[in-house]
Amino acid sequence: MEILEIRNLTKKYGNQKALSDISLTIPKGGIFGLLGPNGAGKTTLIRIINQIIEGDSGEVFFNGVILQPKHISQIGYLPEERGLYKKMKVWDQLVYFARLKDMPASLAKERVSYWLKKMDISSWKDKRIDDLSKGMAQKVQFISTIIHEPELLILDEPFSGFDPLNAEIIKNEIIELKNKGITVVLSTHRMESVELLCDQIAMIHRSHKILEGRLSEIKQQFRPNSYEVILAGFSDSLPEKWDVQNINGNSVFSIPLGQDSPNSTLTKLMQYGEVVGFREILPTMEEIFIQQVKNHSYE
Amino acid sequence: MNKIWLVIQREYLSRVQKKSFLLATLLTPLIFPSIMGIFLWISIGESENPSLQIIEVVDENNIFFIESSDQYAFSFSKISTDEGKQMVNNGDRFGFLYIPKIDLRNPSGITYYGEKNPSMNLISLLESALKRRIEEQRLFESGISPEAINAYRTKVSIQAITLDNSGEEKITDATVNYAIGFLAGIMIYMFIFIYGNQIMQGVIEEKSSRIIEILVSSIKPFQLMLGKIIGIGAVGLTQFLIWVVLIGGISSIVMGYFGLHMPQQQALELANPEIGQMIETQSNLKNILQVINGIDFVQLTLTFIFYFLGGYLLYGAFFAAVGAAVDAPSEAQQFMLPITIPLLVGYLGLFVFVLNDPNSNVSFWLSIIPFTSPIAMMGRVSYGVPIFDLLLSMSLLILGFFFSTWVAGKVYRIGILMHGSKVNYKTLWRWIITN
Repeated sequence: MEILEIRNLTKKYGNQKALSDISLTIPKGGIFGLLGPNGAGKTTLIRIINQIIEGDSGEVFFNGVILQPKHISQIGYLPEERGLYKKMKVWDQLVYFARLKDMPASLAKERVSYWLKKMDISSWKDKRIDDLSKGMAQKVQFISTIIHEPELLILDEPFSGFDPLNAEIIKNEIIELKNKGITVVLSTHRMESVELLCDQIAMIHRSHKILEGRLSEIKQQFRPNSYEVILAGFSDSLPEKWDVQNINGNSVFSIPLGQDSPNSTLTKLMQYGEVVGFREILPTMEEIFIQQVKNHSYE
Repeated sequence: MNKIWLVIQREYLSRVQKKSFLLATLLTPLIFPSIMGIFLWISIGESENPSLQIIEVVDENNIFFIESSDQYAFSFSKISTDEGKQMVNNGDRFGFLYIPKIDLRNPSGITYYGEKNPSMNLISLLESALKRRIEEQRLFESGISPEAINAYRTKVSIQAITLDNSGEEKITDATVNYAIGFLAGIMIYMFIFIYGNQIMQGVIEEKSSRIIEILVSSIKPFQLMLGKIIGIGAVGLTQFLIWVVLIGGISSIVMGYFGLHMPQQQALELANPEIGQMIETQSNLKNILQVINGIDFVQLTLTFIFYFLGGYLLYGAFFAAVGAAVDAPSEAQQFMLPITIPLLVGYLGLFVFVLNDPNSNVSFWLSIIPFTSPIAMMGRVSYGVPIFDLLLSMSLLILGFFFSTWVAGKVYRIGILMHGSKVNYKTLWRWIITN
């Protein structure tokens, strides 16, 4: 069952194409990574899902029905450029945002109270935002995104502005939300958090979707079919094309398999010395990202 | 609907709870009555304990006489001009008036010497005294006896009465009507600017601090804009009502202290010293009371509140649109012209046309067109306006409000999400015409 299905979505700003015929399926549960360089159209797509703007053509389905204003209360959104009312108290602000998402007042207060305690910031509830540090304000901002218990959470660069300690707290919160069955759409440039968190990804480049699928499958798909080899002891007599490096007194190099099977390659390698390491090289998301962006040059 | 109500609440409470609101609301009404109190205190102090200024007068014609007042005493003598000037220089005399031998048909050469520049009051006092004496002298020379002259001296003041359809007669006084129209018009003008600016600041704050993206993912931009306009309007209305009560109360106390027991409305008018003076000099207290009784205050208050809110709502939407189109308050100036010009036309029209001739063609149109009517109509209402004109003007103002919110809503919706792009009138127009 998919929580969000996007069919042939197109959006133009004047003559500038922001989205060209995008189709995407975001399954329920799990963390979905939305990747792409700056200006690819991610923010436009996110804004359309949040019903801030409308697409020119195409459809968006939420839980199998056409996206409607009533779905606003089931979506939580943390924009990349974020802000809070500087002069408003933490408590008032969170209750206000919860109620704007159709939460009844009494429940809103209960949830705010719960989250302030959970994030260990109950003592700030009567402080104004401009009295808080940037990291503190970011925590409040994060709470404001999830306060109304949405089914779908869209986070645009959620870790920017956090120190490593607070980023860790937010990361754990995201995992916890996922375990509760909430679907998270994560838009970020930080490929290491994509590898760590995402189950599935889609990549957008120059308004086109260029990649979509499970993270593990994509990594398989883009593996270079090379192996990293470690031979005990350093030797100069190895073939030059392997580009051997001396690491801790061992010979380390990578070898493309070509048509050979791993076993036959291993047999060959044994002639050169004691094989202490033989491991398939999988591409990092970062490498896939850069390679894909370079390969697709839409104009 | 529920969400608009939430926005209204937030906008209202976040402003009303501010210390600056409390301060402005409580202190402003104290300013007018205290200024009045000080003036009254000074003038009462002066008349009780006048410092008499003596002016030396030399009259070569031997016909002039100037009556001494509380402030000035006149001593007549036959000293020379130099001696007179000497007395002023020594400080023995406040001033020295020299009247040479003059031709009564063409008096000239009358000179006043003083250490200080003489006040307008003194000069006009001297001029009118001399003028009256010259006129009397000339009448006397043409054979009219002084008794006859005195007997013919009369004082005229016209009492205006308006007849309404039911045949009821009301005493009216153009000065009071002028004052009410003037005050009401200015208040609406100021209200629109002060609170319109707050709308604009609020929109810019939400836009520049990027809360807007979170807000519009929860609420339609149009609802947000409307909620903000209504919420801030409610703040203005609250402030205004508190002022009316406070100014009325404090003025009554101030007046009461100086032994002038006045009804509240009148104290209100007198709160503005300029108007107070106009009323004082041109009319007497009893008359004013009758005039005020003749004014339909229920109608006046209701129309005032209608135009007060109508004008604010109409322009408020434009202020919101300007706020949405720019990134910072300093950039807002470039789009203020279309707001300022019609408001200024209404404001100037009120003084130049409406208050002087409420029933002229120009006054009619100024009070009908929605962009000027909130200010201009108040000038006509105080004089009494045909019910047809009033209803036409009100309906057009309501239509104007729908129009302005519709236009502003389009600009607002697109503008709030635009950052860092240069916006000009052409872009605004494109936003308005696109769906």
